[in-house]
Amino acid sequence: MSARPIQFYFRGAIQQISGLPATRSVLQWLRDEASATGTKEGCAEGDCGACTVVIGERDDSARGGLKLTAVNACIQFLPTLDGKALFTVEDLAADGELHPVQQAMVDCHGSQCGFCTPGFVMSLWADYENRAAPPTREHTLSVLSGNLCRCTGYRPIIDAAASAYGKPRIEFDRAPVRAALDQLAALPPLEYHGESTRFLAPRTVDALAHLHLAQPDARLLAGSTDVGLWVTKQMRTLPDLIYLGAIAELRTIDRETDHLVIGAGVTLNDAFAALVAEHPAWRELAERFASMPIRNAGTLGGNIANGSPIGDSMPGLIALGASVVLQRGEATREIALEDLYLGYQRSALQSGEFVRAIRVPCKPTASSLFRTWKVSKRADQDIAAVCAGVAVTINADVVVSARVAFGGMAATPSRARVCEAALTGMAWSADTVRSAMQALDADFTPLTDMRASADYRRVVARNLLWRFWLETGGESTTPTRLAEVSA
Amino acid sequence: MMVPRGVIGASLPHESAHVHVSGRAHYTDDMPLPTGALHAAFGSAPVAHGLITAMDLSAVRAVPGVVKVLTAADIPGDNNCGPVLHDDPILADGLVQFWGQPVFLVVATSHDAARRAARLAKFEFETRPAVLTAEAAMAAESWVLPPVEVRRGDAVGALASAKYRLQGVVDLGGQEHFYLEGQIAIATLRDDDTIHLNVSTQHPTEMQHMVAHALGWRAHQVSVECRRMGGGFGGKESQSSQISCAAALAAWHTKRPVKMRLDRDDDMTITGKRHDFRIEWNVGFDAEGRIEGLALTLASRCGFSADLSGPINDRTIFHADNCYYLDAVAIRSLRCKTHTVSNTAFRGFGGPQGMFAIETIIDDIARHLGRDPLDVRRLNFYGDSRGTQRNVTHYGMKVEDNIAPALVEQLARECDYAARRVEIARFNASSPVIKRGLALVPVKFGISFTATMYNQAGAQVAVYSDGTVLLTHGGTEMGQGLYTKIRQIVAHEFGLPVEDVRLSPTDTSRVPNTSATAASSGTDLNGKAAQAAAQAIRARLATFIAARNSVPPEHVVFAGGRVIAGSEIVAFRDLAAQAYRARIQLWDAGFYATPKIHYDPHTMMGRPFYYFAYGAACAEVALDTLTGESRVLRADILHDVGRSLNPAIDIGQIEGGFIQGMGWLTSEELWWKPDGRLMTHAPSTYKIPAVSDCPPVFNVKLFEGENVEDAIHKSKAVGEPPLMLGLSVFFALRDACAAATGGPVALSAPATPEALLRAIGGLETPAEAA
Repeated sequence: MSARPIQFYFRGAIQQISGLPATRSVLQWLRDEASATGTKEGCAEGDCGACTVVIGERDDSARGGLKLTAVNACIQFLPTLDGKALFTVEDLAADGELHPVQQAMVDCHGSQCGFCTPGFVMSLWADYENRAAPPTREHTLSVLSGNLCRCTGYRPIIDAAASAYGKPRIEFDRAPVRAALDQLAALPPLEYHGESTRFLAPRTVDALAHLHLAQPDARLLAGSTDVGLWVTKQMRTLPDLIYLGAIAELRTIDRETDHLVIGAGVTLNDAFAALVAEHPAWRELAERFASMPIRNAGTLGGNIANGSPIGDSMPGLIALGASVVLQRGEATREIALEDLYLGYQRSALQSGEFVRAIRVPCKPTASSLFRTWKVSKRADQDIAAVCAGVAVTINADVVVSARVAFGGMAATPSRARVCEAALTGMAWSADTVRSAMQALDADFTPLTDMRASADYRRVVARNLLWRFWLETGGESTTPTRLAEVSA
Repeated sequence: MMVPRGVIGASLPHESAHVHVSGRAHYTDDMPLPTGALHAAFGSAPVAHGLITAMDLSAVRAVPGVVKVLTAADIPGDNNCGPVLHDDPILADGLVQFWGQPVFLVVATSHDAARRAARLAKFEFETRPAVLTAEAAMAAESWVLPPVEVRRGDAVGALASAKYRLQGVVDLGGQEHFYLEGQIAIATLRDDDTIHLNVSTQHPTEMQHMVAHALGWRAHQVSVECRRMGGGFGGKESQSSQISCAAALAAWHTKRPVKMRLDRDDDMTITGKRHDFRIEWNVGFDAEGRIEGLALTLASRCGFSADLSGPINDRTIFHADNCYYLDAVAIRSLRCKTHTVSNTAFRGFGGPQGMFAIETIIDDIARHLGRDPLDVRRLNFYGDSRGTQRNVTHYGMKVEDNIAPALVEQLARECDYAARRVEIARFNASSPVIKRGLALVPVKFGISFTATMYNQAGAQVAVYSDGTVLLTHGGTEMGQGLYTKIRQIVAHEFGLPVEDVRLSPTDTSRVPNTSATAASSGTDLNGKAAQAAAQAIRARLATFIAARNSVPPEHVVFAGGRVIAGSEIVAFRDLAAQAYRARIQLWDAGFYATPKIHYDPHTMMGRPFYYFAYGAACAEVALDTLTGESRVLRADILHDVGRSLNPAIDIGQIEGGFIQGMGWLTSEELWWKPDGRLMTHAPSTYKIPAVSDCPPVFNVKLFEGENVEDAIHKSKAVGEPPLMLGLSVFFALRDACAAATGGPVALSAPATPEALLRAIGGLETPAEAA
């Protein structure tokens, strides 16, 4: 590999960027370098959506061979755009005529102070481009889950999403963009030198394995939904970055006989779609996991490798008995997901080793019961106070096996082994569940922080087990979840 | 339906909507910077209370790009940004009074360099004991301002003789503004010792004065401009002055333009919030729930300085009645000094906390007597204004237009309250895990600045010789639609389409001595001032055209872009051109001062408000008794805006206010570590409502009526009152808790999942025992 400029499609032409730090954010570049101030900074941590832009990537399964997704520009490093297309709010009404989603926002009175509006417009535009029929309200809530508005209370914006479809449809001509991206695809893999940090974007797993072995101190980067904040919030100077986003092999989901194999570079949205198809119990958590733009950028492999004690995917995956495929050089090994975590932000990954894939057992037998839940202050885009995954197999009313895992209860996502022992081999009954709930106290000593107190975490962990019983064994005929209730 | 009044009463879009949606609306951070511009960032002290005994800034100065590092000693004038008292330093001088208080200012060639450098200071402190909560301040009798008492009748006697008595205490949390656009100012020196600032602020005039004082200059050397804010909500009233002063000081020292934009975490750490309260009460009532005597203590955490805490806590006292007549009442208002950030204005300005107190008391009375809280509310309403009974507030103001009872009855009927109450009880009886709750809560909010002098405004209107109109006024646009409404008001006077009328940015050099755009008064005050200016010009045009047609000037009609005088019909633009050639003045200034209001700040008696705005909301919620999580299932709102100037804008304020109030009382929790450090300082940890928190059934209507006072086109102010409609969600949650416990409810705010689980006893009694 030899160094070259970053190249991406922007405003109808290919941009070549050099001389900027590798950790310069897309948002900073837009506002400071490209004089494109329509995209706003609200938080610089991917939580408010004022900076939402749309990224175009080559994808033969998408219309026009171009996949369009909304992401947070504030935590995307500029080199991650290499080979892609960038669209901002200024692209939509380039000829002065408002796009239907923009006109709908005006007609529905969807802006007040207007500062969040460009972000909403871009989230709405990405969705408009990806669907021909008007969205349901539920779908719109999902699309806009990463955009905060402090003025309107959202009702007019939700209305605008559907109302845009009442206007003559305008479809974006993707052909010139795809042609430009094809041209960029012929470039060699990106090696970009920006100030103290180099940015390397290998295109094969082999190349990644060699690079990482040669540079074990380099930081692996996927969706940058966490690493981005190391720069914007902690103001850290990063080591060299090895980007996983250009490796097609890591972005596949394979169905083996009894396993789903999710490549480490698969986005959270794609990974959850596959998980929900296997286990409907994932649906609620999948919707509550971060937000649409974060799920578009972030990867399941990143969530797992990052190893946060409050990562939302792990309790459910651990309960299902998922494993991770690790690779170092040419050698691969597979370990149980829970064994990846040794302590607070300490993992079993060896120097130069990386997560290649996640293997999730497919739908077990009818007597296998599974649930995963997240509990947080806000329904959407919040970090869990407690996250639970419970999988129990029953045979002749006896618990044959039990895997119970929690996030938010310890320094790592972990199994509740005392609780599991209290279930295994016992009659599947309310009494058994009660004793398993008691057993959780022996498993965990949670902490108090701004998300919840230790007492709350302890009680909710127990209560989630009780909900599991109510839903799977307790023959409850009354609602057990908020989602089941309406006015 | 209301009869349309042309452009008045039309649901026109926000005047900037088309530029909002296309990214072409310029906010302060979007302005191109002059060559050589620098960037500033605060350096702050990591201690809640302590004396700085040593401060080493050498590492700060050594960062490449750093041009200057300033401390309190470098301030040529006053080191103060407190709006009322002189107790709020721009840069702390030795004594640090809250965790994260700014103590130095880094000026660098980039925003990034300034922020990186600001973290590198080394401090030594002599730490002092920190008072962190209202409760601790009460014990220590630590006040920023002396306690205030308001009494009517014999509360002690009434309590003693009442058939029933209840006491209680409740903690009510604060609220971060979370305007999407953080605090920002750009200061540019101009010639001959003058400076111009572009600031995202609700109060340009105060910025002008504060900057002048900090530089040791006089007011006419400083001009401050604001085209629009990306949200304000009260957080850019007094709080933007520290940023303005810092930018101005940096510009003065470096002789270069300086931009200061706070990063979100710094913004949330450094700037004040809605006051949190500890509320204690002792209430006496009869068998039906009629309040006979009330002793109420309202203790607010003001933070380390007074800021606007005086008038904010006054408004808490004024709104401790909400819609209810309090006969014998004694209110103690404590303004607690704590070693935390100085709390400030926030939509409602203390009023919401007073209303929260009385609604909690009413709810407790109802649950004690086993009655529907709505019935107890009805029973305690103010009486008919035409009568002589029960219609004077505890601060001596007669309630002259008490539409609360009629409004509540209409809403109760239209939202089917009674039938739903029965249905929900039936549901709850057979639903052990999920409980539903319902509450209908009214709102009455006093309109005017309680400090009478602020109730004045000015505007300047210019008609150009091509017939287009450009105007400016003292109010600021923060998204509330003020510019849109003023444009409608002026277009109406000239009979022009709104497209012919534009507004130029609010600027202290064009309209002086302005009041903050606050207290919901923006349209009331500036609308009347702009109308007066337009009317003066129109009168001259009418006289001009009337003379040549021999008709009385008052018979001249301005409509549809034309002017009609007798048989002559002329396009407005032609008349403007003719008037210019005839040397007629085509521009003018307008002024307005609110009539009738007066108030004695010593006795707290008088008529502080020109009128009241009313509303009511009915919320239905569901509560998960296993986790304490909750959802709003439905909300119905009926709100009084008098005769609406723009129903779409007004409904936007109502819906947005409701959701913001709901956020305050549910998911928005401010959480400090025991050392006084705020840990919820970014949207990752501080949770304002997101899109899925918008109720799936959300019915919002305007109450038909008009302002009994002569407010602009008989409309009413709408900025703040709807925030308190969010109380309905909290009391619906309280209702759901009562369904879970079957007894009294002690629920603190915000009603987070943890607070709700605690309120239903879930933290002591695990679910399986139930």
